[in-house]
Amino acid sequence: MTATADKPAAEAVETVTLTIDGTEVTVPKGTLIIRAAEQIGIEIPRFCDHPALKPAGACRQCLVDVASPGPDGNLRAFPKPQASCTMTVTNGMVVNTQHTSEEADRAQKGVMELLLINHPLDCPVCDKGGECPLQNQAMSHGRPESRFVDVKRVFEKPLALSSEILLDRERCVLCQRCTRFSKEIAGDAFIDLQNRGAQQQIGTFDEDVLDFDGYRPVGAAAEDEAGKAFSSYYSGNTVQICPVGALTSAAYRFRSRPFDLVSSPAISEHDSSGSAIRIDHRRGKILRRLADNDPVVNEDWITDKDRFAFAWQNLDDRLARPLVRKDGELVEVSWPEALAAAAAGIRAATAEPEEGDARTAGVLVGGRVTLEDAYAYAKLARTVLGTNDVDSRARAASDEEQAFLGSAVAGTGMGVTFGDLEKAPTVLMVGFEPEDEGGVVFLRLRKSLGRQQVLTVAPFLSRGAEKLAATLVPTAPGQEAAALSGLADDAREALSQPGAVIVLGERVAESAGGFTAAQELAAATGARLAWIPRRAGERGAVEAGALPGLLPGGRAASSKAARAAVAEAWGVDSLPEKPGRDTAGILAAAAAGEIGALVVGGVSASDLAADVPAALDAVDFVVSLEVRRSDIASRADVVLPVAPPSEKSGTFVNWEGRLRSFATAIRTDAMSDHRVLDLLARELGAALGTGTVEAVNSELAALGAAGTGERAAAPKAKAAKPAKPAKGQAALATWHQLVDEGALQAGEPYLAGTGRVAVARLSQATADALGVARTVTVASERGAIELPAVVTDMVDGVIWLPLKSPGSWVARDLGASAGATVSVKGAE
Amino acid sequence: MTELVPVLSATWADEKSWSLDTYTAAGGYAPLKKALGMAPGDLIQAVKDSGLRGRGGAGFPTGMKWGFLPPDDGGPRYLVVNADESEPGTCKDIPTMMSAPHALVEGVIITSFAIGCNHAFIYLRGEVVHVYRRLLQAVREAYEAGHLGKNIHGSGFDLDVTVHAGAGAYICGEETALLDSLEGRRGQPRLKPPFPAVAGLYARPTVVNNVESVASVPSIVDKGVEWFTAMGTERSKGMGLFSLSGHVTRPGQYEAPLGITLRELLELAGGIREGHELKFWTPGGSSTPIFTQDHLDTPLDYESVGAAGSMLGTRALQLFDDTTCVVRAVTRWTEFYKHESCGKCTPCREGTYWLTQILKRIEKGQGTQADIQQLLDTCDSIAGRSFCALGDGATSSIISSVKLFREEYEAHVEQGGCPFDHAASALFEYADAPEEAHA
Repeated sequence: MTATADKPAAEAVETVTLTIDGTEVTVPKGTLIIRAAEQIGIEIPRFCDHPALKPAGACRQCLVDVASPGPDGNLRAFPKPQASCTMTVTNGMVVNTQHTSEEADRAQKGVMELLLINHPLDCPVCDKGGECPLQNQAMSHGRPESRFVDVKRVFEKPLALSSEILLDRERCVLCQRCTRFSKEIAGDAFIDLQNRGAQQQIGTFDEDVLDFDGYRPVGAAAEDEAGKAFSSYYSGNTVQICPVGALTSAAYRFRSRPFDLVSSPAISEHDSSGSAIRIDHRRGKILRRLADNDPVVNEDWITDKDRFAFAWQNLDDRLARPLVRKDGELVEVSWPEALAAAAAGIRAATAEPEEGDARTAGVLVGGRVTLEDAYAYAKLARTVLGTNDVDSRARAASDEEQAFLGSAVAGTGMGVTFGDLEKAPTVLMVGFEPEDEGGVVFLRLRKSLGRQQVLTVAPFLSRGAEKLAATLVPTAPGQEAAALSGLADDAREALSQPGAVIVLGERVAESAGGFTAAQELAAATGARLAWIPRRAGERGAVEAGALPGLLPGGRAASSKAARAAVAEAWGVDSLPEKPGRDTAGILAAAAAGEIGALVVGGVSASDLAADVPAALDAVDFVVSLEVRRSDIASRADVVLPVAPPSEKSGTFVNWEGRLRSFATAIRTDAMSDHRVLDLLARELGAALGTGTVEAVNSELAALGAAGTGERAAAPKAKAAKPAKPAKGQAALATWHQLVDEGALQAGEPYLAGTGRVAVARLSQATADALGVARTVTVASERGAIELPAVVTDMVDGVIWLPLKSPGSWVARDLGASAGATVSVKGAE
Repeated sequence: MTELVPVLSATWADEKSWSLDTYTAAGGYAPLKKALGMAPGDLIQAVKDSGLRGRGGAGFPTGMKWGFLPPDDGGPRYLVVNADESEPGTCKDIPTMMSAPHALVEGVIITSFAIGCNHAFIYLRGEVVHVYRRLLQAVREAYEAGHLGKNIHGSGFDLDVTVHAGAGAYICGEETALLDSLEGRRGQPRLKPPFPAVAGLYARPTVVNNVESVASVPSIVDKGVEWFTAMGTERSKGMGLFSLSGHVTRPGQYEAPLGITLRELLELAGGIREGHELKFWTPGGSSTPIFTQDHLDTPLDYESVGAAGSMLGTRALQLFDDTTCVVRAVTRWTEFYKHESCGKCTPCREGTYWLTQILKRIEKGQGTQADIQQLLDTCDSIAGRSFCALGDGATSSIISSVKLFREEYEAHVEQGGCPFDHAASALFEYADAPEEAHA
């Protein structure tokens, strides 16, 4: 037996051998002719065909001559040319494309001529000009002159499908890629074909186009629940796959010619998926971002946030030079002056006083920084500032979460992957909204629609979960642990199937006992656990040890052996032993006057429930590392500008644990956080060794993962008792919408326009009990939020608010996170 | 001389021909009782043996279509009757359902019993509201008489029939577009395979048959395979409705054995309009290549018509006498295809749009000689390239008319206008008619 024959049967792929243009090719059974041809470098022109979409056979551009053996074994030619994008290969098939068949060539030229009769000759002003499949294929397969002398069909233009997506109908070749993407991939069927014949057009539901001839449609079909016509988080993909210039984005329309752009590969900074993107820029300015194909991560797609949210880094408040507070005002100074001022300030604020203990320093790192940056913050805290008070979780966090991350996530390498999620027979989601918090994770799950059972532990079935045909495990916020322990038998059984996955979102940290219960459930059922945080830098920060209880590689800061190992690698005598505090703890200590100096990078104060301004005011000295003049930067004593991801190189570790390294797309003199921290440490008299990405990565490689006895123990936390809201109160449920007012979405009004309208959700019973009708006011001791109320089929006694949407900044305005009890009343 | 054989049309002249009583009095629903006593397999075999071919135009053997259904897997399987008759010139199913809806209903029950279907659908062209009412009434009567519903006549066989009115689209006569439309989707043809026999309505095994095919089944059960095969020609068995329209003395439905000639039919119909001669005609509706006087003796069966360069289609014989401008007639048909193109594929959508403009120009005398070649070239880019057969059908009359009457196209170009008197070809008072009628 050969080695190949030993492989399990499941891996054997049945193949088919055929001949295309005289070249024999062997491909898996079921392959389309057009794909088989691609494999031997024969390109057949096409428009409607897209490898990620189901075959349509609509444009007829890919017609080829086909002959296949009949039952008697003799070759029989098909009487007509066949669409190579819809026909699968068979053994012995003989295909002749435009290169070897006059008939195929004539058919393709004929279709091309027909495609162009109604297509405007506006290539010189069309955004697609220069990268247009129609333009290119008209050049390679079309007639040099048009024979069409009649009247072209025209439409009003452009039609705004949403604030972001514009449609020029007269350019459309009706390939239906956009509608097929919307239906098959995103599940947002807000656009479709309307009318027929040459008047057929893509659009949102339009009574005028459909011509109801006196009849009226029933119900509000024209709008989705948010009152938007084409409100999809993935709508930008339709622009990218449009083979002509029919779909354009408001942000890029008429801004540039593709041949004037420089394209750089990059990784999206917007979520923990680490989607591959392409940044197109011109003279140092980003003009657009596109999805790059990465078969193992984002495949062909990205979210609209990945695509459109890049204006934030070039807004007017972008920091170009360091700032130092002089006489109460922040003024621009040179780097040496700023670094010296920062070092002096930190030294003074943490100096040994004449009596009592010295005040310490703390480090707050947002979840947006790269692995290398997080490492530098963590190392600075422990070796230079002598504290474990460092935390990258600028959100609700818990010690239980830290124990979970330390015992099961950090330093474990690649765990559950996108591919595993797709193949999983059952996926249980806890504290995780796939569409809002997962981005392309949602698309992967949706790919398995019908083959996968999805369960979601949530207060209600969100639209994203509904599109996954998920089963709701109705759970009040904070009660996730109880929901997991009390999971029904059939759900447990489903999770016992090989390959089942339990997805834990970052919001599980808001629910006492959640991680413990999830680990128990995983152990009992054999399901694998995947932690999918929201921000791009979260996993990297966990790996780098930018958490109070974690050292690099998953080592527990509480472990003497771990501390000794890391101290040795870092060339210091010892690491601080005193347990560190998390973000909330650090801010509380700061407010209490225990902390003298804070180093803050990449944190938005408005993301935190704590009273950040009060804490910052109580601290003697604040150093802020920021791209823009943020709410924290404006309260800092020294502000050190750092580079946004497009202007630096580094690594995001995505939720899978996959290293997503990226190079500098746009060269500027902006420095990465890790380099700025290295300079700052030098001023403080220490060598941090984080001057370059290479230096950090070689240190990380040398450190490796935690050894035996160096890890934290698995979490053992008790489930929270169910809250009993008093009269006029409800338990708060909240999470981020994908498109909201997050800091990295600033300056992009077209994208913001596609976001879902902020509403408060509550059940009918809750609304009745609280006397809520149209509008609701949700209040805490800090403040109040007023939003339109939407009665939703959901858990009673709970009110849901979007976490940071227009008019609903929950952390800042209520100072509360999920599970908190808030007072609710109706308003007129 | 071939005689007429009124089978489907036998009771059309009776008092209240559409009612259950009239139909039953004429022997209706006796075949149903006979069929319920037979094994379903034998019924399928009988229809196979009868040689009945699809009367919707394509002529695919009906029994063979039934036989394509996969073995029973316990799940539902459907019969869908294609009653979306909308081809210009075709007018046989509408009168059948109007005058003898029970013939269709009985056919539906027997066919469903044969193929193991418990829920059948009749997809009716939406514009014919009066036929819709007749069908609904016939189905209601059949339920009341116990021909439909649970345990039909104690046979243990259950059947429900749903009559669905479409929204008026020619494309929904294409069987897969019909299925999509019936499912509530946009009516556009589906990619095949899978064929409806494997995954049709609601992705279940489905037989889609034309009204006349299904309505012919009871007579085959009743009178026997030999009676049926005794009619017609070697490979085109049985009778069929021949719909004569246009410049003919007595237009209407002539039910005759397949293989009858137009010469014979014209004799029965009183000939071409008095004082005129036949110029051209369609053997099977506007999507079949046109014929001329040379084809008066072509047997109207699938093979002979095909051999003569056209298609038997739906036996919609539209007759045009010497007053008719062929360019004008072809332009009207092409406008129809332009209007009815579903828009899914490029050749049909764009091609019919272009053809219409060229034809209109030629008709108005604004065309060039090059336009005539352009017509043929554009047809060449559509025929055989489109997603479904609608595109092919749109080109038939153009290609055949240019071939047969090229000089007439050239005359339009040379004279700078139409050489015909449009009033002479009208069958109504042309001068008094509203402007739309002059189109």
